[in-house]
Amino acid sequence: MTENAGSTSTAHASTALPGGLYGSPLDGPEGGEVQVISSGWRLAVREFADNRLAVVGLAVLLFFLAFCFLGPLVYHGNATNADVLNANLPPSGAHLLGTDEQGFDELANIMVGGQSAFEIGFFASAVAIVVGTLYGAVAGLVGGFVDGVMMRFVDVLLAIPFLFIVLVLSTKYTGTVVSISLVLGCFSWLIPSRLVRGEVLSLRTRDFVLAARVMGSSRTRIVYRHLIPNALSVTIVNVTFLIADSILVLSYLGFLGFGLQFPATSWGDMLGGAQAYMSNGYWWLVYPVGACLVVVVLAFNLVGDALRDALDVRLRRR
Amino acid sequence: MVGYIIRRLGIAVIVVIGVAAVTFAMLHYVFPSPAYAALGPKASHVAVLAWDKQHGYDRPVLTQFLSYLGNLVHLDFGYSYKLNQSVTALFKENAGRSAYLTGAALVLSLAIAIPLGIAQAVKRNSPLDYTMTAWNFALYSMPSFFLGLILIQIFGLDLGILPVGVSDQITTTWQAITHPKQMLLPIVTLTAINVASFSRYMRSSALDNLAMDYIRLARAKGLSERVVLTRHLLRNACLPMITLVGLSIPTLLAGNLLIEALFNYQGLGLLFYNALQAEDYAVLLAYTIVGAILTVLGNLIADIAIAVADPRVRLD
Repeated sequence: MTENAGSTSTAHASTALPGGLYGSPLDGPEGGEVQVISSGWRLAVREFADNRLAVVGLAVLLFFLAFCFLGPLVYHGNATNADVLNANLPPSGAHLLGTDEQGFDELANIMVGGQSAFEIGFFASAVAIVVGTLYGAVAGLVGGFVDGVMMRFVDVLLAIPFLFIVLVLSTKYTGTVVSISLVLGCFSWLIPSRLVRGEVLSLRTRDFVLAARVMGSSRTRIVYRHLIPNALSVTIVNVTFLIADSILVLSYLGFLGFGLQFPATSWGDMLGGAQAYMSNGYWWLVYPVGACLVVVVLAFNLVGDALRDALDVRLRRR
Repeated sequence: MVGYIIRRLGIAVIVVIGVAAVTFAMLHYVFPSPAYAALGPKASHVAVLAWDKQHGYDRPVLTQFLSYLGNLVHLDFGYSYKLNQSVTALFKENAGRSAYLTGAALVLSLAIAIPLGIAQAVKRNSPLDYTMTAWNFALYSMPSFFLGLILIQIFGLDLGILPVGVSDQITTTWQAITHPKQMLLPIVTLTAINVASFSRYMRSSALDNLAMDYIRLARAKGLSERVVLTRHLLRNACLPMITLVGLSIPTLLAGNLLIEALFNYQGLGLLFYNALQAEDYAVLLAYTIVGAILTVLGNLIADIAIAVADPRVRLD
C-alpha cells in the first residue's frame, strides 16, 4: 500500500497548465491532489479487505458454517443411533472419517459438534455483549459513586477464575446449548463492560457530543445516535474474540466431561471420548476434530485481529 | 510508595471479601448443605434436617457467610465429606506439586518467550518472524489438552520414549522434581501454550522500544548490537511482561487444571476435577476462592512490581 492507504480516493484537481501561470485562484485548488474522504465504515471495510489473512479467516469461517449446517443435507452419516457392530472403523468409502466407539459416523459427528460450537459461540457472546454494553454504558454515563460501585463489582467477578466458576455451575445444569451459552455469557460480559465504559467516558466529553447537546438533542438521542455507534467498533472487535474464547471454553468443558447432552455433542466431548482410544491408534478420532477446533478458533482470532486494525483509527495506516 | 501499597492492599482485601460473598452466594444457591454428602444419598429428610441443625446449616444465610468468612481468616476452608479430610489438609498435600508444574512451565516459557520475542522484533518480517508468528498464532488458538494429546501420541505411543501419563508413584513434590522424565510432557505442553501468548506481547513490546530514540542513541554512540539489545532493549521491553504474568494467573490455573486432568498428575487441578465429578462442593468452593485470591494477589504484586521497576509509572 502506498501512503494513500486505500482509505482515501484521490482526484487530480487541476487539469490546467502546470504552474498555474494563467490561472487565477478560482480555477481550483493548487498543490496537487485533493483527497476525498469516505465514511468511516467504508474505510474499515476497505482496510479489512486489504488484510489477506483476515479474508482467509472469513472464508474459512463461511466454509465451516456451510459445512456444519448444510453438510448434513449432503452427507447422511449416522450420528444418532448407536451401532456397536460398526464401532471404531477406520476411514472408508462408507464412513469418510471412520466411526467412533458408539458406531457414530465421525464426519457427521464433527458437523453436529460444529453446529453447537457456532451456536454457543454466537449465543454466549451475544449475551455477553448485550449485558456488557448496557452495564458499561450505564456506568459510564451515570458516573460518580454508582460508577465506582458498578466497576468494583466487575473487579470482583473478574477475580474469580472463569473456568472454575463455569465448571461448578455446569455440574448443576444439564448441558444444553442454551444453558451452556447462558453460563458462558453470564460470566464473559465483564471485559466488554469495561471497554464500553471506557469508551463512553471518553466520548461523552468530545466536541461532537457537546455540540449535539448544545443543539438540544435529548439524552436518548445522544445515546443512540452518538455514543452507541461510536462505541460499537470496540464491541465488534471484542465479539470475535469472545466467540473464539467461548468455543475454546466449550471444548474444555466437553473434554472434562461436562459438555453437551446427547444427541448434541461438541468437539471437546469428542476429543475427551477419543482419549481412551489413543493407545489403540485410532487417529481418526483425534486429529480431524482437533484440527477443526483449532482452525475455527484461529479463524475467529485472525478476523478479530484484522477488525481491530481496521476499526481502530489510531492503528489505521495513513 | 508505602501509601500506594497500603491503598492497593485495602482495595485487594475489599475485592477478596466481595469474591468470597459472590462465590458463597453462588454455592449456597447450587448446593445449600452437604448433609446428603455426609449422610449418604438415602438419608431420610428428618435426618438431614437434624444434621443441618447440628452443623449450623439452618441458620440465616448471612450468619453462615460471616462464620464462613471467619473460618477463611483462620485458613479453615471447610471439610470434604467425600474424602473425609479437611480441605486445608488436602490443599497442603497437593499445592506443592501444582506449584512445581505451573512454576516450572512459567519459568521455562519466560526463558523462551523473552529472547524469542526480541529476536522476532529485531528480524522483523524475516522468514523467522513469519514462521514464529504463524506458529504462535496456531498454538494460541489450540486448547492445551489437544496439544497434550498430540504430544502423548508422538512421544508416548509412537516413539514410546516418554510415559503417557504421570505415574501414580509420584506422591511428593520432591519425587516430581527428581523424575524429570515423568514430568517432561506436562511441562512442555504448558510451556508451549504459554510461550505462544507471551512471545506475541514480547514481540510487540520490543518493536515499540526499538523505534525509540534511546535505542537510536545507543547505536549512534557506537555500542555493539549485542550490548544495545541485552543492556538497553531487554530491560525496557520486559516491563509489560510483569503486568502480563501478573494478570495471567487465571489462565495458568485453567491450564493447570486441564493438564493435570489429562496426565493424571496429582495436584490441585486434579483434586478440583475429581471434586467436580464427586460433587464435592467444599473443595470446589475452596479452590475457587483460593484461585480468586491468587488472581487478586497476582494483580497486586504486578502493580507494585511495575511501580518499583518503572519509575515512569505515576502512582495515583
